[in-house]
Amino acid sequence: MSTVLRIVPETFVVRRPHRMIERHVVAYRRQWMIVFSGFFEPLFYLLSMRAGVGDLVGDVRVGGRSVPYDAFVAPALMASSAMNGAIFDSTGNVLHRLKYARIYDAALATPMGPADVAVGEIGWALIRGQVYAIGFLAVMAGLGLTESWWSLMALPVCALIGLTFASIGFLGTTYMRGWSDMDIVNTAMMPLFLFSATFFPISSYGDWGWVVQLSPLYHGVALVRAANAGVWTGSLVVHALVLVVISVVALVLASRRVDRLLRR
Amino acid sequence: MSSVASPASAAAPSSPEPLIVARGLTKSFDGFEAVKGIDLEVRPGEFFGFLGPNGAGKSSTMRMIACVSPVSSGTLRLFGLDPARDGARIRARIGVVPQLDTLDTELSVQENLWIYGRFFDLPRSECRRRATELLEFAQLSDRADSVVEHLSGGMKRRLSIARSLINDPELLLLDEPTTGLDPQARHVLWERLYRLKQQGVTQVLTTHYMDEAEQLCDRLVVMDQGRIVAEGSPRELIDRYSTREVLELRFAAGTNDQHGALLAGIGDKQEVLPDRVLVYADDGEAALSEAHHRGARPESALVRRSSLEDVFLQLTGRSLVD
Repeated sequence: MSTVLRIVPETFVVRRPHRMIERHVVAYRRQWMIVFSGFFEPLFYLLSMRAGVGDLVGDVRVGGRSVPYDAFVAPALMASSAMNGAIFDSTGNVLHRLKYARIYDAALATPMGPADVAVGEIGWALIRGQVYAIGFLAVMAGLGLTESWWSLMALPVCALIGLTFASIGFLGTTYMRGWSDMDIVNTAMMPLFLFSATFFPISSYGDWGWVVQLSPLYHGVALVRAANAGVWTGSLVVHALVLVVISVVALVLASRRVDRLLRR
Repeated sequence: MSSVASPASAAAPSSPEPLIVARGLTKSFDGFEAVKGIDLEVRPGEFFGFLGPNGAGKSSTMRMIACVSPVSSGTLRLFGLDPARDGARIRARIGVVPQLDTLDTELSVQENLWIYGRFFDLPRSECRRRATELLEFAQLSDRADSVVEHLSGGMKRRLSIARSLINDPELLLLDEPTTGLDPQARHVLWERLYRLKQQGVTQVLTTHYMDEAEQLCDRLVVMDQGRIVAEGSPRELIDRYSTREVLELRFAAGTNDQHGALLAGIGDKQEVLPDRVLVYADDGEAALSEAHHRGARPESALVRRSSLEDVFLQLTGRSLVD
């Protein structure tokens, strides 16, 4: 075992990522309101869709079935909130710890390695995202928008979405020069949120459907919708695979970037 | 009377295994060579110093020793281990006080110690026990629940040192630990470091303050432009590269060069600096009366003991802090 680990460069050895998470638990003990507030944004969206937009739009036809608009949008909002939570945690907060608070420099002077930092941060974003997803699903159930026990499968799906976006966010943050680059994040997320077959089905895009498929969120939305409807098809494997591949690649690159940046 | 054991036990105290060994160590950043091939050994229990101006390569060397910066070429061993292979195992046994504080500003003073201890895989109860001890040591017990941001510079420095000791390190690395502190805070820190030395902790320090190096170091190297230019104890270096005393003369602005010529031949050597003229002599008072005899009328004159700053000046022809 130890000889195997010695061959792997230290950049990619993951041994104590949970220590980073432990640090965040202690740090956020005093700031639980900040964590709590992240739950409300998607909730307000959902309520506005249900109360207003849903009446105007009526039912939507997806996969040969007709569903009310709020039942169509709710899984997409859940997927979007998983994305938002993951990106929020892995960009601004990470930038602060990386460049200004220099928390990672301190961590890397201990037995912690770059991959411990990267995996720990992404793990924390995931945990936080799961808390929101559970809350959101509970609200959906309360409003009668869940269709069966299969809806619970939306939770691991949201974890996967969180993993994907936290990895991308973390990787992107290692390239940021300062706070002004955070604007890029917001600019990039808006179209993802609007055009990932979130508010209208992919069929509405006509010949431009392939562009939508480039969005990682589109694959996430497809998975959450399938989970909520309890309809499982082979194409879901492809959607899941896309997210897994993006996550792994971004994670490996992110560990290497931490190594390059902080262990020069 | 064990004849088998005696050769080993006789050899051990006189030449203990060095804790740090570097041979031909270099560090390059994008074509710039910050460290240009240095050799050194640090023995257990020693207080070792790197003295040199900014940009001499001290911090780059320290970062390599701390196993957070890969060696560009040459060999480096700590505890007989290679940082490239056993970085995490080495880091588990050392404490680092970085040049700039990297304290966690979102945590309280004692949480900083707890969490850092957890990074070393210490059990929670052990972290708490040691944190209490270390806060006592750093004279921060009454600030245990304070937010780090509200601490003074000296307190932050002491907390950084306390944090670096959480894993009970065998080797402590201090990168300019007192830069930016007021004199009183420096003396408090020095006293704490001296206590650690008495407890047998090996310490490696970088500084550009000669008084700090003279106070603390058993042995030191002077670095300049990525190279080691001298090595020895502070006293040895002063004896080797300087005279017993130094006469400092200040003249009216703009007349230093002309006075330098007037003083030629007095003492061992003269050094004309922008603000004063130094005369190196074993007897400073005699040198001063000789200067007066030659007609020099300095605005002020001071005879003092030679210091490491003079060593540096002799070695490089430049002042240490500029």
